[in-house]
Amino acid sequence: MKTPILEVEDLTLHFGSITAAERETVIVYPGEFVGVVGPNGAGKTTFLNLITGYLRPERGVIRFWGQDVVGMKPHQITALGVGRSFQIPQLFLTLTVRENVLVGLATREGRWASAWRPLHEPTRVQAADEVLLQFGLLAQADRPAGELPEGGRKLLDVAMAFALRPRLLLMDEPTSGVSAREKFQIMDTLLQALREAGVTALFVEHDMEVVRRYATRVLVLSNGRILADGAPGEVLDDPEVRLAVTGRR
Amino acid sequence: MRRGGLWALAAVGVLAVAGVVLPRWLVFLLTLAFAKGVAVLSVVVLMRAGLVSFGQGLFFAAAAYAAGFAMRGWGLREALVLVPLGVAVAVLLGAVVGLLVARYRDIFFAMLTLAFSMVLYGVLIKAYTVTGGSDGIRIPTPSVLGISRAGDEARLLVYYLALACTAGSAWLVTRYAQAPAGYLAWAVRDNEVRVAYLGAPVNRIVYGAFLLASGLAGLGGVLTALNVGHVDPGLSYWTTSGELVFVAVLGGSGSVPGALAGAVVYEVLRSYAFKYAPYAWQMMLGAAMLVIILFLPGGVWSPVERWWRRQQA
Repeated sequence: MKTPILEVEDLTLHFGSITAAERETVIVYPGEFVGVVGPNGAGKTTFLNLITGYLRPERGVIRFWGQDVVGMKPHQITALGVGRSFQIPQLFLTLTVRENVLVGLATREGRWASAWRPLHEPTRVQAADEVLLQFGLLAQADRPAGELPEGGRKLLDVAMAFALRPRLLLMDEPTSGVSAREKFQIMDTLLQALREAGVTALFVEHDMEVVRRYATRVLVLSNGRILADGAPGEVLDDPEVRLAVTGRR
Repeated sequence: MRRGGLWALAAVGVLAVAGVVLPRWLVFLLTLAFAKGVAVLSVVVLMRAGLVSFGQGLFFAAAAYAAGFAMRGWGLREALVLVPLGVAVAVLLGAVVGLLVARYRDIFFAMLTLAFSMVLYGVLIKAYTVTGGSDGIRIPTPSVLGISRAGDEARLLVYYLALACTAGSAWLVTRYAQAPAGYLAWAVRDNEVRVAYLGAPVNRIVYGAFLLASGLAGLGGVLTALNVGHVDPGLSYWTTSGELVFVAVLGGSGSVPGALAGAVVYEVLRSYAFKYAPYAWQMMLGAAMLVIILFLPGGVWSPVERWWRRQQA
């Protein structure tokens, strides 16, 4: 039997009277692409924030490769191999696209070995360009990240996390704010890169077509609780799930 | 070697010759500008991380007094011992103060650093028996590499020491800015959340920048003390720290040569303003700053940077 890459047990968090997470239990195995869906305020982003250490649960256990990560800081959890991208891309807007990736690569290498060598070392630049090529951003490498269109920003946001060579990548709405046509292009690019690198992914998504096409498994959240967990076809065609997520049966 | 490095070497060569050719008063002024320039580099390092310190006078004064006490108390004269000693004291102080201030940003960081420097100012004023109170303490002429001279020759030795330290500091800060550590500081300014999610500890990056800045401010303080031959609590007063920020903006915030050029322009401006308007020299400096902001908003070094970029393109 495969060892789970992520185990979440009994995860609970409240913001005052609001339930952000209520006894959530999920196991993710290597190689899965788990789509997380749910209406606004269901606790999807909170779920990612809890796993990555941005929020601390009131109760529950989060294990990454069997190691309890509750109480660890985001940078410590990232260093273990959990990458993250954001709903609003978190970039270094005044640095170039290449430098955004280079900074990620440099942090991966460790502190002392690379602290005083120039960031733009040829081997590191080559590695950054390989990542940018995978994400279709190489032509924009010398542009400031702040000049990228929204689709490009989304891709760079994931590319920065991807450059860390994570084992598990958490993506928060990787296709929000981009046109319908771009959505599938972005997801094709992302999924190809992740599959090639053997990265397990968990992605929050509002577009059911995107989830149906790319997820190998779907997790439905509603009011901080797990409403359903299973294969996309089975879960997304469930009238109760459709009602909870889209408001229509 | 890159063209930038060659230009820097040429500038050091010209300044080395200038030490012999220029009148003594100007050599003294340049030494003062070099010392201030090194301390301004500390502001530049912090600005890279998006932090403005109004308390670099703390390290400036601490290092200057450390050199002063070592000369008066232990009879040390060798500048090559006094300079590392002063820098070490500044870095140690930075290591303690940084534990607290590295957690803060924006105005909170600025005010905390200011508060610490004013605490030292208060101690220096009140501990009269040790520090000489508001009179400060006089510092004997140092020796450099065992060479002891008096008068103008001694000043020339300190000039070359300051030139070497300034060149070394400029190299160090340039190297830092090009290295991952410097880029991470820049990244902290741009987006702290992302830095954490790249696996880098944000407060430790700020702490590292703060330590480097403490050492540079301390180096500037020791050089000032050795050049002037006197230390007083004014070195830790908020106006000293404010002056360093003023010069960083004057030169072009974020630029290493800009900081050094700004320090030279500032010292010359201040000297002449004081000479021709001893009761209104601050007003003249303010007016000069306004003119620079209006006509050179990127600082006095910005035309050179623009020219350099055109050459590179």
